[in-house]
Amino acid sequence: MRVQLTVNGESRSFDTKGSESLLFALREYLRLTGSKGACEQGECGSCSVVLDGNLVCSCLVMAVDAAGSEVLTVEGLGGSELHPVQKALIETGAVQCGFCTPGFVVAAAELLKETLSPSPEDIREELAGNICRCTGYGAILRGIETLVGEA
Amino acid sequence: MEVIHPTDLDEALAALAAHPEAVLLAGGTDLMVEVNFDQIRPEKVILLRRLAELQDVSRQRIGAGVTFRRLESGDHQALAQLARTIGSPQIRAAGTLGGNIGTASPAGDALPFLAGLDAEIELSSKDGTRRVRWDRFFLGVKQTALRPGELITAVILPTDLPDCQEFAKIGQRSAMVISIASACVFRWRDGRTRVAMGSVGPTPIRARQAEEMMSAESNPGPAALQEFARLVSEEVRPISDHRGTADYRRHASGVLARRLLERCLAK
Amino acid sequence: MISQVDTRPARGGVGESTYRPDGIPKVDGTYTYSSDLYMDKMLFGVTLRCPHPKATIIKLDIGPAVAMTGVHAVLTAADIPGENLFGLETPDQPILVGDQVEYEGQAVALVAADDPEIARRAVEAIEVEYQVQTPLTDPEAAEETDSVFHRVRCRRGPQDARGAVVVEGYYEVGMQDQAPLGTESGLAVPDGEGGVDLHIATQWTHTDRDQIVAGLGVADEAVRVHHAGVGGAFGAREDVSLQIHLCLLALYTDRPVKMEYSRAESFVGHVHRHPALIWMRHEADPDGTLRRIEAKIILDGGAYRSTSDSVIGNAVYHAAGPYRCDSVAVDGIAVRTNNPPCGAMRGFGAVQACFGHEAQMDKLADALGMDRIDFRIKNAVRQGDPLATSGQIIETSAPVVDLLERVRAMPLPTDLTGEDPRHLPGGTGLTTSLAEVSRGVGYAIGIKNLCFSAGFDDYAEARVVITPFGVEVHTAAVEVGQGLGEVCAQIARTALGIEDVVVFYDDTSQIGSAGSTSASRQTQMTGGAVLEAARMVRELALHRGGGDELDSEGVWRKGRLVTTMEDLLAHGNLEYHTRFHHPPTDQPDENGLGNLHVDWGFAVHRAVVDVDAELGLFRVVQVDTVQDVGYMINPRSVVGQIEGGTVQGIGLATLEEIVVKNGIIQNPTFTDYLLPTFLDAPPINVEVVEEPSAFGPFGAKGVGEPPTVSSTAAVVSAIRDATGLELNRTPVRPEHVALPGSPI
Repeated sequence: MRVQLTVNGESRSFDTKGSESLLFALREYLRLTGSKGACEQGECGSCSVVLDGNLVCSCLVMAVDAAGSEVLTVEGLGGSELHPVQKALIETGAVQCGFCTPGFVVAAAELLKETLSPSPEDIREELAGNICRCTGYGAILRGIETLVGEA
Repeated sequence: MEVIHPTDLDEALAALAAHPEAVLLAGGTDLMVEVNFDQIRPEKVILLRRLAELQDVSRQRIGAGVTFRRLESGDHQALAQLARTIGSPQIRAAGTLGGNIGTASPAGDALPFLAGLDAEIELSSKDGTRRVRWDRFFLGVKQTALRPGELITAVILPTDLPDCQEFAKIGQRSAMVISIASACVFRWRDGRTRVAMGSVGPTPIRARQAEEMMSAESNPGPAALQEFARLVSEEVRPISDHRGTADYRRHASGVLARRLLERCLAK
Repeated sequence: MISQVDTRPARGGVGESTYRPDGIPKVDGTYTYSSDLYMDKMLFGVTLRCPHPKATIIKLDIGPAVAMTGVHAVLTAADIPGENLFGLETPDQPILVGDQVEYEGQAVALVAADDPEIARRAVEAIEVEYQVQTPLTDPEAAEETDSVFHRVRCRRGPQDARGAVVVEGYYEVGMQDQAPLGTESGLAVPDGEGGVDLHIATQWTHTDRDQIVAGLGVADEAVRVHHAGVGGAFGAREDVSLQIHLCLLALYTDRPVKMEYSRAESFVGHVHRHPALIWMRHEADPDGTLRRIEAKIILDGGAYRSTSDSVIGNAVYHAAGPYRCDSVAVDGIAVRTNNPPCGAMRGFGAVQACFGHEAQMDKLADALGMDRIDFRIKNAVRQGDPLATSGQIIETSAPVVDLLERVRAMPLPTDLTGEDPRHLPGGTGLTTSLAEVSRGVGYAIGIKNLCFSAGFDDYAEARVVITPFGVEVHTAAVEVGQGLGEVCAQIARTALGIEDVVVFYDDTSQIGSAGSTSASRQTQMTGGAVLEAARMVRELALHRGGGDELDSEGVWRKGRLVTTMEDLLAHGNLEYHTRFHHPPTDQPDENGLGNLHVDWGFAVHRAVVDVDAELGLFRVVQVDTVQDVGYMINPRSVVGQIEGGTVQGIGLATLEEIVVKNGIIQNPTFTDYLLPTFLDAPPINVEVVEEPSAFGPFGAKGVGEPPTVSSTAAVVSAIRDATGLELNRTPVRPEHVALPGSPI
């Protein structure tokens, strides 16, 4: 089935073979490999994207159900310059293997958009769906905290 | 794979009538796990995510398509409490109440809430709508009374809502975890008490002896609370699995129910 | 001694928290992990795995799969051109099972097809029948029947020493998974001449290459292993998983072939941390002097050997912990069962040992009526002491007393106030109120050998080249995310006085082995190689340029630029290639004694845990840690290693276990193998002690493993403190606390 959607502000389309996920379509058909697959069941957040304004796991979205939707992936944050979340995560050393990082970047950017000044506990809870195996989360928290309160 | 994308409920029900074997896709948080794990290969899919009719929420009627993210800030305290424990923010943004009901997992977090309130499940088909009370709907592990051609469209709550409602769930992790045991306790000012437990039987379990005993207590003391916990522990029917032992689930059920009741009594 | 360097300091040298070069591509999504690799016309490989832990294949018919449209290869054991065996230390595992399956998930056949879906369907179409046998799954039964990979026996000092105060205990450690977020994946590209280029997430390209060429039956040069982006490792990628399979498929089809494991496949596709059964007996004088330590440690190696021989050695030699004791008897047995194979994971045997010895040290302090820290300090090893087990004199820095005193001085968290569920056990599950919480504090200190031990010829190669465009550092070492690349660049900058340094990760044909990215060894080994090569190339530059100092402008003499960089390189680049060895170690003698290790790192943890004892729920409130790091080449990265390693240890204490029943993994998903989330990870306060190591560059020590060794023990000690329970098994499950005495 032909699926037409908007990805990072651009109109894109691809043909699905069946019930494959949006994550699969982004990675394999659109070659947007920033979103990562690590669990295929919504338990790690590595594939986080914003779908029609909601932060979701793209592995749990059937690609055909994204037809007509607007999707924001890590590739659509930032532009000529890095997004503030991206900068902050580099500055505090929140990137080790980096496999979880795109998911964290998308989730944290969405959190800061939705919540004016999240407490450390809010940040922990709202990002509890993003697993990081390398950092122990400390540097990620420090990075995001540098952005709290900034308009 | 054939994809049916109805624009309203009538179209969806017509499609379902024509293709009763079709797979229903709302939030996708259960279905896509099965797809990704190659456990099912859908031939026909009916997309429900954008059906406006499933999104309505009122005090007595909650649309099946409402996401747990929305329910987190809803009117019903226990429903909001349980919604907050479901999966991750990403899961809650997609997963729906109707999906949780349709999957009918023993660990379905919304199920004790429905059981405790004697909620009805609204099932619609091309030929009309029927309401089925929770205990006639949940028949076993992932077994429901849903008939071919039917769609879960809403949950209907009674008008006589409790004065206090409390939910708690035990998981081994602080977030994003399947429950080892969960509980909903409801209490009215006149003392009427209801207790519903999750993850401790194939379907949600009402601890009716405990309810009966506690409903007669206007000002229960420690001994009554202990007896209440004991009865709850007796009435659950847990199994042992890799998430927890049956003994622990039995013990924890009583403790949880007692604590939730104490919270109600303290109000 | 801190090495002296004469050059002018270049920005971005050692000691600075410089930014890693892979930071930007990792935050913007453009970094290429092995799973992101793509080539036109590539095929997708899928593996047929046996669902039984022990079985004989009585029928294997690939016909139906071969006949499917879009299927390009279906390979079985019969198609392996070389020797059908692999293994990191000893080749003992078939690449594809011929007839006898020894563990659940063992690879039986391979399919390459046009897309993953076709490949999966083809795997399903293969007709295979098994005669299922009863698996051996009890490690104690395995020991009794001599189903053993390796026994290690260590006897040191008089064996009749006794103390007046005796404690004894049995301890168990569950099977932990490394759970790197990136599953196994890679791309093999045939070169058209019988050879293949493999792009793979691994920890050691050269041993991959060696095992691949043996299986393919080709010369070393025919296979080039390239390190592709690695989504975490922690030991899981030290053994071969899909490396040989990929190359077999690529050569057979003459097409590029990609494979990527699902999470469930990953759980059966790599080795895990050994589960352990431990008995320990400690004896002390009434004044608290340790007199005698006895231990027996059984590690379940699973079905194949992997690194079990080394892991059991590590467990035995660190069984006494960082304490003085001159009468020791430790027996270690790595047994063979039909459970999932176990091998390397961060901490490598020392984690299991530490869980036992630190519980014992708590018990013994309590029995003596001594403060637990004072008791540890009284018995702590100091530089110049012999290691209690092997007797080797500890010549490296060993600031054990300092670590203990400093962690004790760190501030404790304030008492809980308020009812924010996120501060309470049970979290947003709302199980627990303030009144139901009791707090416990636990300490644990660990010792971990750094680099390879026991006579292994441990070396790393590096090449440093000065070019008109800056400095190139070449290495085959694998960056697994820990920040090795930047460490190498910092070392080169400082050694050469030149800021512009780029690290190239060469394939196996371009440079010799750097050894494994494991054993906390790369900062010292590849870092050491880079330092040696950089110093030598600097000497070449000074000689050619006729001066006494080098920087990016050129060669200087007595403060004047005498040869510009352009002139210096007029006749070509300057380069030096080296193979750096660490000081040699010995194999143990018949009593398990000798100079087995080249260096050690130490770390101490203090955990504060709030416990809801009635429900058996806990929340780690705070962890304070002090680590012996030698010298911090990149302080930000060091802290990152310490925090991350600590949380992996917290995971083993509270959540993480592969549950195996009758040889079958019960929880091969992230729904049921629970990793710590953001809400489970406490604030971690990190301090370091910088006393230079025996041989690391600038005095650096490897820092990756020590934080994982003692954090588990500290957290469980804190839960014991809060509950008064013995809790001899990790991870601690709710029922262990809520219903003590119930069967495990």
